Amino acid sequence: MGRGTRPRTGGQKAGEAAQPTTLSRKGRTGGRGKRVRAQQVAPQRRGPGPSQPVRGRGARSRSPSSSCRGGPGGPAGAALRTPVRPGACLPISRRTRPLPAVAGAMALPGARARGWAAATKMAQRRRHAEDAKGFPSPAPPSSRAALYVHWPYCEKRCSYCNFNKYVPRGVEEAAMRSCLVTEAQTLLGLSGVQRVDSVFFGGGTPSLASPNTVAAVLEAVDQAAHLPADSEVTLEANPTSAPGSRLAAFGAAGINRLSIGLQSLDDKELQLLGRTHSASDALQTLAEARRLFPGRVSVDLMLGLPAQKSGPWLRQLRELLGYCDDHISLYQLTLERGTALFTQVQRGTLPAPDPEVAAEMYQEGRAVLREAGFRQYEVSNFARNGALSTHNWTYWQCGQYLGVGPGAHGRFVPQGAGGHTREARIQTLEPDNWMKEVTLFGHGTRKRVPLGELELLEEVLAMGLRTDVGITHQHWQRFASQLSLWDVFGSSQEVKALLVQGLLLLDHRGLRCSWEGLAVLDSLLLTLLPRLQEAWLQRAPSPGQGG
Amino acid sequence: MWTLVGRGWSHGRALAVWAAGTAQRGRLEPLPTPTRGAPAEFRAWDRLYTSAERKEKIDMSRFSVENIRNFSIIAHVDHGKSTLADRLLELTGTIDKTKNNKQVLDKLQVERERGITVKAQTASLFYNWEGKQYLLNLIDTPGHVDFSYEVSRSLSACQGVLLVVDANEGIQAQTVANFFLAFEAQLSVIPVINKIDLKNADPERVEKQIEKVFDIPSDECIKISAKLGTNVERVLQAVIERIPPPKVHCKNPLRALVFDSTFDQYRGVIANVALFDGVVSKGDKIVSAHTKKIHEVNEVGVLNPNEQPAHKLYAGQVGYLIAGMKDVTEAQIGDTLYLHKQQVEPLPGFKSAKPMVFAGMYPIDQSEYNNLKSAIEKLTINDSSVTVHRDSSLALGAGWRLGFLGLLHMEVFNQRLEQEYNASVILTTPTVPYKAVLSSAKLIKEYREKEITIINPAQFPEKSKVTEYLEPVVLGTIITPDEYTGKVMMLCQARRAVQKNMIFIDQNRVMLKYLFPLNEIVVDFYDSLKSLSSGYARDKAHSVGKAICERLKDSLPRQLFEIAIQAAVGSKIIARETVKAYRKNVLAKCYGGDITRKMKLLKRQAEGKKKLRKVGNIEVPRDAFIKVLKTQSDK
Repeated sequence: MGRGTRPRTGGQKAGEAAQPTTLSRKGRTGGRGKRVRAQQVAPQRRGPGPSQPVRGRGARSRSPSSSCRGGPGGPAGAALRTPVRPGACLPISRRTRPLPAVAGAMALPGARARGWAAATKMAQRRRHAEDAKGFPSPAPPSSRAALYVHWPYCEKRCSYCNFNKYVPRGVEEAAMRSCLVTEAQTLLGLSGVQRVDSVFFGGGTPSLASPNTVAAVLEAVDQAAHLPADSEVTLEANPTSAPGSRLAAFGAAGINRLSIGLQSLDDKELQLLGRTHSASDALQTLAEARRLFPGRVSVDLMLGLPAQKSGPWLRQLRELLGYCDDHISLYQLTLERGTALFTQVQRGTLPAPDPEVAAEMYQEGRAVLREAGFRQYEVSNFARNGALSTHNWTYWQCGQYLGVGPGAHGRFVPQGAGGHTREARIQTLEPDNWMKEVTLFGHGTRKRVPLGELELLEEVLAMGLRTDVGITHQHWQRFASQLSLWDVFGSSQEVKALLVQGLLLLDHRGLRCSWEGLAVLDSLLLTLLPRLQEAWLQRAPSPGQGG
Repeated sequence: MWTLVGRGWSHGRALAVWAAGTAQRGRLEPLPTPTRGAPAEFRAWDRLYTSAERKEKIDMSRFSVENIRNFSIIAHVDHGKSTLADRLLELTGTIDKTKNNKQVLDKLQVERERGITVKAQTASLFYNWEGKQYLLNLIDTPGHVDFSYEVSRSLSACQGVLLVVDANEGIQAQTVANFFLAFEAQLSVIPVINKIDLKNADPERVEKQIEKVFDIPSDECIKISAKLGTNVERVLQAVIERIPPPKVHCKNPLRALVFDSTFDQYRGVIANVALFDGVVSKGDKIVSAHTKKIHEVNEVGVLNPNEQPAHKLYAGQVGYLIAGMKDVTEAQIGDTLYLHKQQVEPLPGFKSAKPMVFAGMYPIDQSEYNNLKSAIEKLTINDSSVTVHRDSSLALGAGWRLGFLGLLHMEVFNQRLEQEYNASVILTTPTVPYKAVLSSAKLIKEYREKEITIINPAQFPEKSKVTEYLEPVVLGTIITPDEYTGKVMMLCQARRAVQKNMIFIDQNRVMLKYLFPLNEIVVDFYDSLKSLSSGYARDKAHSVGKAICERLKDSLPRQLFEIAIQAAVGSKIIARETVKAYRKNVLAKCYGGDITRKMKLLKRQAEGKKKLRKVGNIEVPRDAFIKVLKTQSDK
């Protein structure tokens, strides 16, 4: 992508995608850097097909096929040179064999991708019709996964964002693309996943990437594991970087769902947030998106900004209801250390957001959306006509997911490498280093932490309660066969107090938050998590418990 | 019990009146609010002027002994002592009215805030009457019972007192205590009924009380309004007429009483002295009867109320003396000074200050230890009555055990630490010293004395080692409207007090005297007494209650339900704050990349929650207790 050829957009969207925010010490420091221009990948010893170092600021590589050369072969040659990484909790076992599925597959990724994309279109309506409730997953959970792809670049820093993103002088997109493809292949191979249920392109500002890149990654995914045509494939888009023509190109590349970082319908607020788009830009993009992806467009709206008042914000929300599709996310602003907004509030040049006002906005906003026929299926997410995000649902149901790209997080069992324990994985944060590692080893996994049974249960609890369905007995059973929800929470006085207060429900369906409880879930968890720990320690040692 | 035997322990303080007729205020009439402001305007006394302002040295020889009067003003808190003093100074031209404000500014912050006198102040007034110039030395005394030893020393420099009584409130406990101090010192007492301008003033009733309680004919009372200046001139004339000149001899060798001392960073100790015999001037070598140390006098002078150097001070006069003493312990209150090689009989009644209330003091943050240490050292330079022992506590770390004259003294000290040295401390609940008589010779050898004094509860010896424990007792005077007599007596009995006396001072007011174990009254007796009689108590209790509620509100984390914080006196709620329930406490974005961080945070918070103390179902952080305790000590 040339500098001149691509529309420059505002900061990345604070999307609903998995954001690589928590990293090992080492990773974090690297991640804050201001720098970053996609650096050319040094030629390394590679597998089949010498890689062509991509030169220049690449106005070329229109054809996806040319850009993906050399991607897949990497792992084979690099495998023997696994360095010991200080940040790693486990020695990282690099793949020692090339991924069989990959080798030949990359010849014509573009064509495949288009083919895949076409099939997707057909399948969309079908999937759309089925009620998303519960997302029954018939296949064994370990053989399927969601996939997150992180595009780390932004054009501008937003004042509230502390995600892993970089404002480059120029992106060597071909190299980036090749590395994303390579890493996706490697990780899919490691996971042994047979089927990818959803893909999410987050960032950064992934709508700054070229549709070719998206197509290449999707193609690789479909090759390495099955990507059914009706899988949800979401792209985070910023209003200014996504004019209609580009959106259409993304659609052709296989994207079938858009999440638009609209954030506000007030130009002053957009300015405060450091966004480069205006409210009218956003609405225009929204209209285009709905035309192209009917029923599959989500918008983000922020609340609790400094000096923001409840009344005007609710008017924004109501106005948005006139334009939006079937999915809305309401995000309360979190002032994150290290952001411009945080500094301004700290210095007193901006008033600190009033939590009481934010709480009011949230409650009122929920009510407004409920009246408009939206189901609040998660703390911050609202959908009607069953337009829930499958991908994000996977996170809250503690399904497996793979994280591809700088700083991406994943959680899966590396079955392909003979593992049996789920691991939390974090990729190297900083794009240049990540690319070097991917080129050398086929992936840029920086940290692997095996999750114990209890830890996994804690996540099941903390994530599951974020949803309206909560944790069903069946769902819990899948993770804890020996310990029912009743066993854990049935006899606790403290939990009883929460039930009596009407914040929590525990019944034949399972454990879930009430309408009021959902707003204070983090407080509830401070009672529930210790209770779970206690119950776990007291549980009757069962014969099959392997640890 | 170490009651009577231990009189040495209870000292002058035995006459102390702690809890005074709190009750009747609310009952009789509204609070005399206008005069409550009086403390703010009174500060004529301070050593306000720098030496640069000093005038020419004055010759004190022109005042012969018969033209000198040394007197003091004694009164219950807020009865207008300091306002009267201001008027007297104005009348005699010692201060201008216009200078008042400036003087107020120079006061110790703690004194201004509390409207109390912590340090004694002295002023020499020059007054012409009937063709003679008189030197009237007014020695202001600390009003509070904690300082009754200082009061008694100040009084011993006087020949008479003005006993100021509020025409509205009548005789109060402190009035009684002060009267008896003066009476015991055989001073002439001039009763002054103040605040006659107030709407509810009833000077006749007060005259009768004075007659009944103090046996002073009612026609001797002078009725004034210090605020308006009414009749104040008569007070000065009465001082000259009714108070005898000091009985002293200039020819005798020097004998001077130290009745106060302060520390000046540049000039060392400044001792306030009253000369009973002899003359003192610059260059004299003087000796302290207590320390036997020899010092050379650098400067003498009178207090006007600023220091005004004089050539000499003569017998009968009151002034200050600077003699290169580096530490206030070298000029302790009550000590006698004499000329080197001309030893005299020390003046009677000297006692080293004995702390009666002990409390642990700890820095809130241990890294502040050294700063706090130096702050305490600096403050004790100025206040020799505070004793300091190093101490440490498992919970609070390294600190000190400090001894104070009384609770107010402790609070003032703490407040000065905070205000003047910006130190914040944890002060533990005060305790009183105990004595234990050891049971065996072996133990006596071990402890090196038969009777040991315990100032730290942690060091209390086991019962098996001790034949007898002794505790300090005080004689307390309580004046109350008769309808509360029953309740007050029950309270006193519950505090193990022994009744000594009970009289009606007028138709509906009773004066009770009880011997109290000090321990029983040191912490909350005053509050309990006040709460017996709701009316008066409410005003102050309300503000204290409110402050505590607010502090607690700020230190309690929000929880899932609303928490009401109420302050109550007995069953009556006087203040309320609420900690609102959390309305929203949930992470907005929680996706794949946020899970690890969120779980870590939740677990850390859950750990933190385990450390909270549960009171009922409310979780309270530990430091909340400390914060609330702290407010109690600076209420």
